[in-house]
Amino acid sequence: MNIEWYIVLSSLLFAVGAMGILIRRSPIVILLCLELMLNAGNLALVAFSRMVGNEEGQVFAVIVMVVAACEVVIGLGLIVALYRRKLPLDVDELRTLRG
Amino acid sequence: MSATSWAWLVLLLPLLGSVVISVGFRAIPARVAGMIGTAAIGLAFACSIGVLVNLLGDEPEARHHASSLWDYANAAGLDIKLGIYVDQLSTFMILVVTGVSTLIHLYSYGYMQSDEGYRRFFAYLNFFVFSMLLLVLAGNFVLLIVGWAFVGFASYALISFWYRRTTATGAGMKAFVINVVGDIGLVLAAFLIFRELGVLDYEAVFAAAPEAFQRGEWTITAICLLLLVGAFAKSAQIPFHTWLPDAMEGPTPVSALIHAATMVTAGVYLIARTNVLFYLAPTAADIAAFTGLATLLIAGTIALAQTDLKRVIAYSTMSQIGYMIMGVSIGAYSAGLFHLMTHAFFKALLFMAAGSIIAAMANRQDIDRMSGFWRAMRFTSIMLLIGGLALAAFPGTSGFFSKDSILAYAEARGGMYTWMAIGGYVGALLTVLYTFRLVFRVLPGKPCEEAQTLIDAGHVFHAEPENPATGEKEDTEVGFPGAEHHIAEQSRPMAVAMALLGFGALFAGLLQVPGVDNVIFGFLEPAFHDSPLDAIHPTVAHEWEGLGVGAAITFIGIAVSYLLWIRQPALPALLRQRFRPAYLLFLHKWYFDEAIDLLVVRPALAIGRFANRTFERLVVDGLVTGTAETVRGAGGIVRIVQSGFVRSYALFLIAGFAGLALYFLLASQ
Repeated sequence: MNIEWYIVLSSLLFAVGAMGILIRRSPIVILLCLELMLNAGNLALVAFSRMVGNEEGQVFAVIVMVVAACEVVIGLGLIVALYRRKLPLDVDELRTLRG
Repeated sequence: MSATSWAWLVLLLPLLGSVVISVGFRAIPARVAGMIGTAAIGLAFACSIGVLVNLLGDEPEARHHASSLWDYANAAGLDIKLGIYVDQLSTFMILVVTGVSTLIHLYSYGYMQSDEGYRRFFAYLNFFVFSMLLLVLAGNFVLLIVGWAFVGFASYALISFWYRRTTATGAGMKAFVINVVGDIGLVLAAFLIFRELGVLDYEAVFAAAPEAFQRGEWTITAICLLLLVGAFAKSAQIPFHTWLPDAMEGPTPVSALIHAATMVTAGVYLIARTNVLFYLAPTAADIAAFTGLATLLIAGTIALAQTDLKRVIAYSTMSQIGYMIMGVSIGAYSAGLFHLMTHAFFKALLFMAAGSIIAAMANRQDIDRMSGFWRAMRFTSIMLLIGGLALAAFPGTSGFFSKDSILAYAEARGGMYTWMAIGGYVGALLTVLYTFRLVFRVLPGKPCEEAQTLIDAGHVFHAEPENPATGEKEDTEVGFPGAEHHIAEQSRPMAVAMALLGFGALFAGLLQVPGVDNVIFGFLEPAFHDSPLDAIHPTVAHEWEGLGVGAAITFIGIAVSYLLWIRQPALPALLRQRFRPAYLLFLHKWYFDEAIDLLVVRPALAIGRFANRTFERLVVDGLVTGTAETVRGAGGIVRIVQSGFVRSYALFLIAGFAGLALYFLLASQ
């Protein structure tokens, strides 16, 4: 199979994720979209690794997975904390950090 | 033990006394603090005698020892030691300083008894004596400057001892500021010496100076003039004298300490110590001599017009220090130091007697209110009389021989110095007049109200506590004088101290009677053998001639004073009317305060105001606020972006990365 297919799929996935982050307001969905973007990246990394013929790209993909796992932990933890303090689960309402 | 070990002990004991009292002042009862303070200085005096005995064991020419505990700094050709220098001069000084200070401590033990700051007082006193001893024992210019500055601080602390009196704190600040001016002169002189000679140790400097400098060269003259700034500020010579009369705001024992043993004699010591340098700079030495002459005459005239008991004595100190400065500047080193010693005795005695009288007057100091104390306080009156006679150089007393030895030397040196001797005799007449004006106003006559209380009731007159200078009401808590006043008649320590000093004031002169004995000069002179000026000696016949003139002046002065202030009490007022301009000049202290105010204080304040209004407000504030405004403005722009909308941040991020990707894509084409 040609490398272009993988890259196109990866780009599409990334675009979907980015779009989701931009238009959705629920933090959980935003987290999901982030995962989507990270995995789009992973797909591209693995595809390129296969094309070049060594394993470095795959190692990077594994590291990205670790980072993604950590990020999800923190993100979900934040969401639980928000819920416990009875704050709205809506990123547009949470804007106390306005400068 | 060697002479230097004793000398280290002399330094250590007062420091130890000061530290012990100030660290343990909560635990130590007040009386014990006084005892510790007095004992520390007394032991230091004993150790000074140890130094003397050791020194007398050496050959006269070998009586100088340097000793150092450790190096302060030793780098790049600079070698500063914590070192002392023991020779005849410093031994003489420590004997006078510790001896008189011991008696002043003893006096304070009684006099300050009811003051709430009793322990603090003794801690300061000990520190003061320590500073002065450091000053005279220092073996190099650096340590000299350290002692010099310590003395300045100690005087500040003690003059402002009653720190709730605004007049006292003001006087303390004045003394400190003027002394710092002197410190600057001394420091600059030390810099110049180091630049020219590369050493700061006394022995090295005095050995190198005659080779390094031509006599009269401008560098050595500059060095000596800078040293003189320091000497004049400490010794209250014109125009740096205005702090001394104001220093009377301190408790009376402090005045005695400043005027007799410590502080004002430092300038005399400095000139005597650096006599090698002053020989090389005859111009500077002559300037010093003329300043001394001017000070002794001007201070004498001011003392004639003042009515504050302590201030009259203060101006007499200025005048007598003028004699000493003149003496050591023209080469009469031993004579100047001899006068320093006798002056220490009778001036301390005068202040103690004055303190006793002021206590009986419930802290009032105006001599116009005083009379009849001869009947009320016999012992104090006798002591005041002895001090006055010695100050007026009454034949046989100590001041008689010491003052005339300076003037006889001036005459023997000849030339323009003869005129200095004549000026000195004129000053001697002024001295007699103001001294006996004081004595005749205070002692004889009908007892004043306060004296009468003492005679009738046997206790000291009580008055509401108030500031004698301004009449403000006060209380007797710490920071103000205590509730009780103590007079010598009712306090054993005060009486003992005064009696011992009275003995010294009467008979110390007999150590050095021309043609009879030569104790003081014989001891001191080897220290000054390097100076060719020391070879000049008035003949014994000349000295006795001088003594005769001095005695005649004293008798004339006493007779005139008797006429003016006892026989014809209306006459002084008449004279005041007749010579009103002169009287006003003397009353206003020759307008020195006003002149300094006009020439120094006001310009300095004007510069300050200008700097505040123009430089500070426009330039400094402009820079500071300008920086702040720039940052704030830039922040305001960036703030717009920080909307708090997470999704807009994400948009910026994605758009940014998209833009970057686009750019690289296009660039790679």
